[in-house]
Amino acid sequence: MTESNNHHELVFWRKYIFSQDHKMIGLQYGITALSFMLFGFSLMLVMRWQLAYPETPVPLIGWLLGDDGILLPEVYNSLGAMHGTIMVFLGIVPLAVGAAGNYIVPLQIGAPDMAFPKLNMASYWAYFIGGVIMIVSFFVPGGAANSGWTSYPPLSVIATTGQTLWLFGMIALITSSLLGAINFIVTIVQLRAPGLTWMRLPFFVWTQLITAFLLLLAFPPLEAAGVLQLMDRLAATSFFMPSGLVVSGQILEASGGGSPILWQHLFWFLAHPEVYVLILPAMGIVAEVIANNTRKPLWGLKPMIYSTIFLGFMSFTVWAHHMYMTGMGTTISAFFQTTTMIISIPSVVILSALFISLWGGSIRFNTPMLFALGFLPMFGIGGLTGLPLGLAAADIHLHDTYYVIGHFHYVVAPGTIFALFAGIYYWFPKVTGRRMNETLGKIHFWGSIIAINGIFFPMFIQGLAGVSRRMWDGGAGYAHAQDVLWGNEVMSIAAGMLMLFQIPFVINIIRSIKHGEKVDDNPWQATTLEWTTPSPPPHGNFAALPTVYRGPYEYSVPGRDKDFWPQSDPEEGA
Amino acid sequence: MNTASGASGHARTYLLVFGTLAMLTIVTVAAGYVSFPAGLGIAIALVIATVKGSLVAAYFMHLLHEQKAIYWLLLFTLLLLLIMFGLFIGSALDQGGIPSVS
Amino acid sequence: MEMIPYTVEAREDTGMNNAKLGIWLFLASEVMLFGGLFSAYVFLRLGAPAWPEGGSILSVPIATFNTLILIGSSVTMVFSWTALKENDFGKYRLYLGVTILLALLFLAVKSFEYSEKFSHHLYPSSSTFMAIYFTLTGLHALHILGGIIVNGYFWGPGSKMWTSDPERFTNRIEIAGLYWHFVDLVWIFLFPVLYLL
Repeated sequence: MTESNNHHELVFWRKYIFSQDHKMIGLQYGITALSFMLFGFSLMLVMRWQLAYPETPVPLIGWLLGDDGILLPEVYNSLGAMHGTIMVFLGIVPLAVGAAGNYIVPLQIGAPDMAFPKLNMASYWAYFIGGVIMIVSFFVPGGAANSGWTSYPPLSVIATTGQTLWLFGMIALITSSLLGAINFIVTIVQLRAPGLTWMRLPFFVWTQLITAFLLLLAFPPLEAAGVLQLMDRLAATSFFMPSGLVVSGQILEASGGGSPILWQHLFWFLAHPEVYVLILPAMGIVAEVIANNTRKPLWGLKPMIYSTIFLGFMSFTVWAHHMYMTGMGTTISAFFQTTTMIISIPSVVILSALFISLWGGSIRFNTPMLFALGFLPMFGIGGLTGLPLGLAAADIHLHDTYYVIGHFHYVVAPGTIFALFAGIYYWFPKVTGRRMNETLGKIHFWGSIIAINGIFFPMFIQGLAGVSRRMWDGGAGYAHAQDVLWGNEVMSIAAGMLMLFQIPFVINIIRSIKHGEKVDDNPWQATTLEWTTPSPPPHGNFAALPTVYRGPYEYSVPGRDKDFWPQSDPEEGA
Repeated sequence: MNTASGASGHARTYLLVFGTLAMLTIVTVAAGYVSFPAGLGIAIALVIATVKGSLVAAYFMHLLHEQKAIYWLLLFTLLLLLIMFGLFIGSALDQGGIPSVS
Repeated sequence: MEMIPYTVEAREDTGMNNAKLGIWLFLASEVMLFGGLFSAYVFLRLGAPAWPEGGSILSVPIATFNTLILIGSSVTMVFSWTALKENDFGKYRLYLGVTILLALLFLAVKSFEYSEKFSHHLYPSSSTFMAIYFTLTGLHALHILGGIIVNGYFWGPGSKMWTSDPERFTNRIEIAGLYWHFVDLVWIFLFPVLYLL
């Protein structure tokens, strides 16, 4: 096509700060998102200290919390709300979509860059601004938002200033996601290399495409809801405020007539598809890593793709299964229970296909593969424990208990985050030209998977016993919680261990950038297009735009010398 | 892309659409002053709005001559919109309206 | 950034250039934004014990006038695009200029309407109906403002591209037009919903 190496050097701030190259933007996303995840995790450690050792001074950072170093209930609420917000909107989504998607998708489809480089840059900076607003909100009077990551009114409407900043921050983050989603869809539809037909697209690209559609069409209603809540807070409207609300024994001055349930509808219209935004890219990464390390084509690639499309659509029709306890009528409840049971089918299809793909493979147990293998049962536990929550009768007992926390953390923590680790280990050689250290990687994996189960498994036990997820004292004040209180200390120690086992990971990344083992352009002997270009890829990605001749996972094709057949390899005498 | 020779013909189409839109605006306002039964009045106003909206989309946004991919995108979006409307209305009604405290 | 393909010419199998697909995706998300607000309106209205008829509080004649202005601005917008396709830059500027002026007129009428309400002590906090009215029309007005900024850029500094890359510039006006017609389309629904029902 065109000469892709344009050699005029860019000045520092154009190259590293306000870059328009999808690879640099992907790295910016990655570094920012990993920092936020570390921060969000730290907030949780402070909370876990309080849960295990109620009303004892928090070590190390106690001086931040006041004279006696004890975590106060209102600060506990802030930390809880911000842990959720930061992990979901500033951590995992930017890492899965902004970083992995941005860096890898154009490479995997053989494109020189994203379709709209300036939009891509704007998308990162909108995300950055959203993050800054969220951080700043910790320092306003009353602290950061403290009405949960779901910001349910009426509590959120009468909450302190932090909530207003939360709303502004969310609007910046939504803007970022919308710009990103448009860019991803146009890039995948328009910039595919010649010969790269839909069924030849790597599964990772498919998951990113469906994810982008979810972001594009599910986020706007939350933006609408955010605007309405801002009006409630700033212009004294009553969209979400019912008439005659009593706060601290006094009737609240408000025009009334609004509905708190309206917020829940608008919020979950986004936030259920958001669950699939969190999980789909993770499935995509795991599929890439498994195909590569079993040296086999994925089993059932087409059903996986169709399941992903179906999953994307169905995710718009299940949201009110978060709302069984709002006094919903039986007809609507039956509808949402049915759709919820249906949506579990495509997830099971994908997960089963990934499991069956392992069958008969000569598996390479390197670090990315270990994390991908860890993902499978962890996501399985997360998914299956969700079924009782999708049925109204069981949900009455389990709603708002630690069971719910256990369920969705199994999906996103040892599920999505493990998949993201797999992706980092897998694509690190493409980004830097060096491989990460295997020993440190294995310590990271085994330590993490043991510790993380120590955190989340006891939550099921506590939740089944009926312990509420919102207790500052971890349930110590309740008779029914006494038998399961032992879980609090176990979980907190496991959380501390999990933090310790991230140290080898951080060291590994920093060390490997300069001192990792040097590798060639295709160290994993992979088939997809990103491995046909130098590591790191130059500006413009490919010296000449590639042409694609076959599907994405042509491993161990009978009658060939090598056990992998790159997508862009011209047919040789076949 | 269309050639310049067809432009004057297009201009007439656009003006015709404008005339129709203006007329429908007057009709819908006039209908507002007639006291229809509540449901019928709402239906009339929404049908007219839909017709006007379709005219804008079909001619000004030249959807009549657009690619299939755009049609699919818009159909999908409208389907989601209908789902959202339907389920919002369904849950509002199934709840017996929103309990109001007096 | 010349190296990115299909910025001007259409890709063969999709029949579109990048910007065309991009703007329609953006508009799809806008449909969901206003759709969410309309759903909220329906939800609140169904739950309300009583709901005022829009015309009894708001001025229908003013809004009718504004509707006609906005429809008119859509026509001039589309004419400015066809002018470019006829290679008539002067006519393009004239029509786009009129479009911008009509948009400004719309905002002026709107702000007169707002101040009228304020002077009668009707604020967003007065009732759920007023809250919906101010929020929906306010958000729509922001979209108008956005359109004015975009069109103003293409009328002024952005029009330099006409000499360097006329085909791409024509495409840009088409894209800006699609956005502008969408803003018109939203108002076509806002008008009966708020003023007539």
